Amino acid sequence: MAETYTFGTSLASITCHAWNKDRTQIALSPNNHEIHIYSREGSDWKLADVLNQHDLRVMGIDWAKNTNRIVSCAADRNAYVWTQGDDGKWKPALVLLRINRAATCVKWSPAENKFAVGSGARLISVCYFESENDWWVSKHIKKPIRSTVTSLDWHPNNVLLLAGSTDYKVRVFSAFIKDIEEPPTPTPWGNRKPLGQLMAEFRNSQTSGGGWINSVSFSSDGNKVCWVGHDSCVSIADATNGNTVIRCRTGYLPFLSCEWVSPTSVVVAGYSCVPLLYSLTADGKLVLSGKLDKSQKKESSGITAMRIFQSMDRNMRTENTDTVVDSIHQNAITSVRLYAGDKASATKVSTSGVDGQLVIWNVEQGGINGGMRNLQI
Amino acid sequence: MAATLKPYLTAVRHSLTAAMCLQDFPSQVVERHNKPEVEICSSKELVLTPVVVSRNEREKVLIEPSINSVRVSIAVKQADEIERILCHKFTRFMMRRAESFVILRRKPIEGYDISFLITNFHTEQMYKHKLVDFVISFMEEIDKEISEMKLAVNARARTCAEEFLKRF
Repeated sequence: MAETYTFGTSLASITCHAWNKDRTQIALSPNNHEIHIYSREGSDWKLADVLNQHDLRVMGIDWAKNTNRIVSCAADRNAYVWTQGDDGKWKPALVLLRINRAATCVKWSPAENKFAVGSGARLISVCYFESENDWWVSKHIKKPIRSTVTSLDWHPNNVLLLAGSTDYKVRVFSAFIKDIEEPPTPTPWGNRKPLGQLMAEFRNSQTSGGGWINSVSFSSDGNKVCWVGHDSCVSIADATNGNTVIRCRTGYLPFLSCEWVSPTSVVVAGYSCVPLLYSLTADGKLVLSGKLDKSQKKESSGITAMRIFQSMDRNMRTENTDTVVDSIHQNAITSVRLYAGDKASATKVSTSGVDGQLVIWNVEQGGINGGMRNLQI
Repeated sequence: MAATLKPYLTAVRHSLTAAMCLQDFPSQVVERHNKPEVEICSSKELVLTPVVVSRNEREKVLIEPSINSVRVSIAVKQADEIERILCHKFTRFMMRRAESFVILRRKPIEGYDISFLITNFHTEQMYKHKLVDFVISFMEEIDKEISEMKLAVNARARTCAEEFLKRF
């Protein structure tokens, strides 16, 4: 059964959310310039801190689980790294992004020694800590990005960076910072190491313009990438298979977020208000495995023959008096995060959306077999 | 007449539901700005292909989607000169009070009678499917209102003519 949470008294949408290591705290932004840190107390959430250094709407939050640092970026062109002091308060450190447009997304690298920030300045800032000056500095990846960067993800080897943007392209870059790390081992994506080196580029569609890339994700082994775009497609590219792209057109509204939950499965969610599970089959197809949201249509009271014919006579259509959508989320889902497990074997994911709700879902692998497994008890 | 209205409204409903997938998008041209890209048109990759749903050559809906806003323009049925005048006055009455309407544009697009501008701020504050319902209901009601006003004007004109001709 899915767990549903709301935070605070307002119904503001949750722009983004991030969990800490043991899932006892969550950082989220209520669609303004603040970041709220909530602590779990039993089955409730208590506001632990409010981080309000940003001036404009917060666009991205990421929580480094091992080093316990939060990075946030906002439309005011700034990014902050928040570290927790001994008194439990979060202290901001300004990051020198050197951009002049909004920062749209942010992601810690797996080793948590650097992070990447995408922006509307058509570039990616890869930021790392410089000990001698005691601040965070950035290097830029510019070519050949031609529009706003909307989503980022890191390869498990801490060097490759996956970027999606509104110029309908998904790109794999090298984000190697020679100041702070050793040269990586070769991957199926290629051997070239300089920062900003383009390892692979995928168009969202081969025949038409495609759509904006809304979310990108590396698989747990780093050999596959998944992206969702505004054309309601889910696409997977495999570097070990000559960079072939597997696309699945869906009848749903476009998706806004995707996350790998197993080596062959990905959870996607978006404007249809329902998270979906897509799986790669053995013969290389991408199929819908199931819906995470299993709520049924609520039985509407007062539906009578008289009302049906009355509205038919007056409006030539059946009256639509529903206020509530037939799903747990009432508006678009904007963010999917892993809650239990990792990309190789996730058992729970959390989604947050425009309706201000945060829902934690059980991921059932195997489609119909997963459903059958629940009947054994 | 009403039997042919339902497929038209159903097509508009589905097109609007698909077009109203809006997300927050800070401007990539001006810093710290957040403007409807369908109005600014600063980057052509952010504006999608417009869609026209036509019932006939004079009754149609133009939907112009973009990444953070969608513009919906409605051309209302105007069979004769009286309906044209009534439609003009009715829509201007509403557009002068556009602030209270929230999503109503103050000036219609060329060739259309009334325009709505829905941005991601509206879909964040209100239910998205209720916004679609409102536009559909608005299209139904505006046809009905203009027909009723036309009947009232004609009835009043006939009464005035009868009173006038009583003297002869």
